[in-house]
Amino acid sequence: MNGGLARIESGWWILLAALMVFPLVATEFLTLQVGAYAMILGILALSLMWLAGYGGMVSLAQVAIAGLGAYMLPILGTNTQDVMGLGWPWWLTILAALAVSIGFAAFIGAVAARTEGIYTLMITLAFSVVVFYFARQNYTLFNGFTGFAGIEPPALFGVRWRDPVPFYYLVLAFAVGLYALVTYASRSTFGLSLQGVRDNPRRLRALGFNVTAHRVFAFALSGFIAGVGGILLVWFNGRIAPSSIGIDITIDLLVIAVIGGLRLPIGPFIGALAFVLLDNFAIDLINRERFNTVIGIVFLLIVYFSPDGLLGLWKRFGPTVRPLKRRAASPAPMAESTE
Amino acid sequence: MGTALAAALAYLIFAVWPDWLIDLLGRKKTFVNTLLNGLTLAGLYFLVASGFTLVFGLMRNVNLAHGSMYLLGAYIGYEAASATGNWFFGAAVAFLAMAVAGAALQVLVFRHMQGDDLRQTLVTIGISIVAADLMLAIWTGTTYQFEPPAWLFGTVELPIISVIKSSGEAVMIKFPAYRLTVLGVAVAIGVALWMFLNRTHVGMMVRAGVDDREMLAVSGVNVQLVFALVFALGAGLAGFAGVIGGTALSIAPGEDVRYLLASLIVVIVGGMGSIPGAAVGALLIAMAEQFGLAYFPTYGVVLTFVIMIVVLAVKPQGLMGGSA
Repeated sequence: MNGGLARIESGWWILLAALMVFPLVATEFLTLQVGAYAMILGILALSLMWLAGYGGMVSLAQVAIAGLGAYMLPILGTNTQDVMGLGWPWWLTILAALAVSIGFAAFIGAVAARTEGIYTLMITLAFSVVVFYFARQNYTLFNGFTGFAGIEPPALFGVRWRDPVPFYYLVLAFAVGLYALVTYASRSTFGLSLQGVRDNPRRLRALGFNVTAHRVFAFALSGFIAGVGGILLVWFNGRIAPSSIGIDITIDLLVIAVIGGLRLPIGPFIGALAFVLLDNFAIDLINRERFNTVIGIVFLLIVYFSPDGLLGLWKRFGPTVRPLKRRAASPAPMAESTE
Repeated sequence: MGTALAAALAYLIFAVWPDWLIDLLGRKKTFVNTLLNGLTLAGLYFLVASGFTLVFGLMRNVNLAHGSMYLLGAYIGYEAASATGNWFFGAAVAFLAMAVAGAALQVLVFRHMQGDDLRQTLVTIGISIVAADLMLAIWTGTTYQFEPPAWLFGTVELPIISVIKSSGEAVMIKFPAYRLTVLGVAVAIGVALWMFLNRTHVGMMVRAGVDDREMLAVSGVNVQLVFALVFALGAGLAGFAGVIGGTALSIAPGEDVRYLLASLIVVIVGGMGSIPGAAVGALLIAMAEQFGLAYFPTYGVVLTFVIMIVVLAVKPQGLMGGSA
């Protein structure tokens, strides 16, 4: 780590300072429902961005991966539902939850690694749907349709971590940590060869790289990120049910990641903030009932005009003009081409 | 192997079941009805999925708004049918309206992002989100159901003995006439599609396009026109299937996702781009769904997805898919 922290651009320190100060000036609602919630969704979308952006695998299973891990908290720990709740100590429960997320993600990765493009999308969606239906139909383990309530973070160091301000800082710490992890991983030897796999799997295979192992490990890492996000989300909501891991949530996550931009790890957080702001404040502009129309149209406009999301817009019109990649530079050509 | 299986199936359908078989599988009526329901559903799935697979096979376009086409076709068909009182008019309107919508989608969206799978997927997901929400706004959450034409109403008695009463009288199996018609329509459309692809000039161009688009284009064929035509046909079939499905079952919000998932699974299991694959996939998935529901009600829903995962893991190109 030559240079270490000194290599981080000053803009990031300013952003971090602003995020640290935010709860001191903002209302509780903004701190929790906007700040913390957006960062949690950002973490979940980050797990998708990592896979899609660096691995070239668009996974629709991230919600299921996060959800299956999060379900371990009430199942192995405690809940107020009188179903399961083995009462394991908090640290063991969390470790087990993360292990489940990582293991499940690696398993999905092992199956999906043989597929490409739309097939990856579909097989991950299938896993997602299986987990959803299984959790809804199984009452002995997952408590079926009702799910679990009364899930709280452990009261460590005498702090009630579910209170708005402590929870905000807890989430912030994880968001920054995971952001740093993805940034580091993307620049590591593994990250670089993963990007090679994304761009040309055949060539990498010919060069002697184990393409499948790279994909499986990328999935496992995304499982860790999603697992952390899932645990934070279940603490945030205090409850989990099949409806929290349904297809609509999966689509929401995809929307968030795409709106933000799949190219850089900051994208998911930008997308999550935009999503949460729209969710909370679009009510004032339009009928609450039609939120999906608004978010859908925003999503369409972004995909249609800026494939790199809001991040792409920032790069195109922002202060630091850098050369753009092929796709963003040329708006879809009208040519009567067959390719 | 295949003959033995067919013989066993024929025995299960036509023979009067001995007691041990009833102990093993339950009542014969349940089995035969499940089988017939599975066949009907397979017909419906084939109607939806054939359009999807045709579009994918020719243009490599992944249209995730296909489910929305199904539901919108059903709603529009319903409005047309209830305004005129004519079921056939409703079906025709649904087909035409969705064919126009499909052609518009191809010209306005897909033509601009040819070869960019991810963007196509995302744009069509966006379209289906907006479409689902707007359809909910217009037609609300109410469940609709078509009235089938009067002469298709009621049940028919099939030449299959369900059980022989102690008096020696044979009880025959009854099944809704309309559902049998769905099966017939699906088979007819399947045959028509096959004829269209294999026996007509346009079909020949479509097949040529599936094999090599560039070569077809340089042979002087207006490829874009062929593309728009096939897209219109595929979308029209989805709209038509909406009317068929809305009569055999019902129309409600959420059906778009259901039929999108169903056709995706059917097409992936069968092999993307292959019409016979769509038929095989539809049969397999519909049977799994119906037998799952009847015999393992708790986890029956999971069964179809497990089949898909296994097929994808073992044979990623699908059962009938080539190395596309």
